[in-house]
Amino acid sequence: MRRFFQRHVSQIALSPSLALIAIFLYGFIGYTVAVSTTTSKAFPRFDNFVGLEQYWRLFHTPRWHVAFTNMFLFGGLFLLVTISLGLIIAILIDQRIRAESFFRSIVMYPMAMSFVVTGIIWQWLLNPTLGIEVMVHQLGFESFRLDWLTNPNTVIWALVIAAFWQGCGLVMALFLAGLRGIDEDIWKAAAVDGIPAWRVYVFIVIPMLAPVFLTVVVLLSLSIVRAFDLVVALTNGGPGVSSDLPSVFMFDMAFRRTNLGLSAASAVVMLGTVLAILIPYLYAETRERA
Amino acid sequence: MSAPTATTPPIPRSSWLTPRRRKALLTRTVLYLLLAVVAFFFAGPLYILLSTSFKPMSEIQAGGLMALPHAPTAQPWITAWGEACIGITCGGLKGFFGNSMMMAVPAVLISVMIGAINGYALAKWPFPGARFVFAALVAGNFVPFQVVLAPVAVTLRTLGLFGSVQGLILIHVIYGIPITTMLFRNFFLSVPNDLIKAARIDGAGFFWIFFRIVLPLSPSVIVVALILQFTGIWNDFLFAVSFSNPASAPMTVALNNLVNSNFGVKEYNVHMAATVIAAAPTLILYVLLGRYFLRGMTAGAVKG
Repeated sequence: MRRFFQRHVSQIALSPSLALIAIFLYGFIGYTVAVSTTTSKAFPRFDNFVGLEQYWRLFHTPRWHVAFTNMFLFGGLFLLVTISLGLIIAILIDQRIRAESFFRSIVMYPMAMSFVVTGIIWQWLLNPTLGIEVMVHQLGFESFRLDWLTNPNTVIWALVIAAFWQGCGLVMALFLAGLRGIDEDIWKAAAVDGIPAWRVYVFIVIPMLAPVFLTVVVLLSLSIVRAFDLVVALTNGGPGVSSDLPSVFMFDMAFRRTNLGLSAASAVVMLGTVLAILIPYLYAETRERA
Repeated sequence: MSAPTATTPPIPRSSWLTPRRRKALLTRTVLYLLLAVVAFFFAGPLYILLSTSFKPMSEIQAGGLMALPHAPTAQPWITAWGEACIGITCGGLKGFFGNSMMMAVPAVLISVMIGAINGYALAKWPFPGARFVFAALVAGNFVPFQVVLAPVAVTLRTLGLFGSVQGLILIHVIYGIPITTMLFRNFFLSVPNDLIKAARIDGAGFFWIFFRIVLPLSPSVIVVALILQFTGIWNDFLFAVSFSNPASAPMTVALNNLVNSNFGVKEYNVHMAATVIAAAPTLILYVLLGRYFLRGMTAGAVKG
């Protein structure tokens, strides 16, 4: 017995975790997939199998359409803004500036804030009767309008700016690390040849950062699929359902509308979206190493 | 090091502002202006949050978002902490702050401990199939937790833990395994194998080597893991809102209920004070341990 324990101590130490993950992760994913093939309402039932009908219903639910489209709209804008500005801020900070750590800290501290806190802060700043709009009016620009939170057509920008404020620090830090990892000789050679700095960035340095771009895109995409707290705190999906995201839809169907079957189907679609992002990435990563 | 400026002879203006120097000076000016705009964008919200939390309501309604409070008052903080109405109770945030602490501290300590042992086992005591076990555990980092929400609720109800702080601890510990295991395994790979081998030849066992050799070599990764887990668990909203009840709600849920409730007059100064209170523990960690914080965030960015 003692010998067995000594020989397999590593497996024994790991087995509780493995069992918990097997049940709570893989088992529960299977459970949700199973529920998504039933007409479960308030409680999960498995005696009413309907195949893929919930998925059919899901994609014929107007609110899901809004939520699913928003994920791509919000995601695309968020990626574009955060990657371009994150890179630019990293380049600015990389210019041998004074008080570098001061500027870095200021860009990165919002990472410590929860999405609930971030959402509340921006709800306040974007409030048309109290926030930035009033401030600009008092500066003398009376016609200035910032109605993102109340306009269904632009509310997605409210999510983008808040998510950018919170997430830019991480992206900036990753790019800055990438920039610091680039060989100094490239800059010396470019200086000898009299090539202007912006051309060195555009044609040499930024292409060399391709792996960082890939990492950033994957990290941000994962956070986009999961975005939940920010929407709840900032817009609560409104006005109407115009800023709904799949995670909010899923939560609402599961805990408020007691439609577990449909909710499970939406959760499985979210998981599928993550896999669609990850599998090509992991495939590329493993091929690169092989 | 550098020459004292007082003794440097004044440079004639004509030779100082050569076209090249002028251009460099202009570039530097533009650079610092841009950085000032960036700093304003990121720091402005926190400044507004803090200054508003010390203003009486009359000052807030008068506008002046960027102005410092004319007549600063601590009343919003006192109200937010001990008197504000959240749901049907009017005891402020203090109870919910306590809930968050009672949830986060044990959950962080347990999940970091489990992750350290898992990472050590996988990195230093490999066995056939260890890579597969690692992959199976770490894949959990990428799963959107929405896909386990309903079965977790059912399980917690069955265990009688639904709506309790203990239930939230259990869930945070379980779903913390993937990220802490990954963090520690990747770090422990860099601990020299010779150290472990030497200790094993001397007859040292799995846990003796872990506690006496490996852990003392890894204070930095332990700090990173503690920060990462504390920030994640303190800031979590999804599990909190799904599995807590009004009595056991953590800060994130209480704050959202306070600010986004539709009842009564909105006391914005109280909301701002409450928001600062909710953000304070993780912000303080960031200020004190910024370097570790960044490492934790980078490692944790994949997490679900």
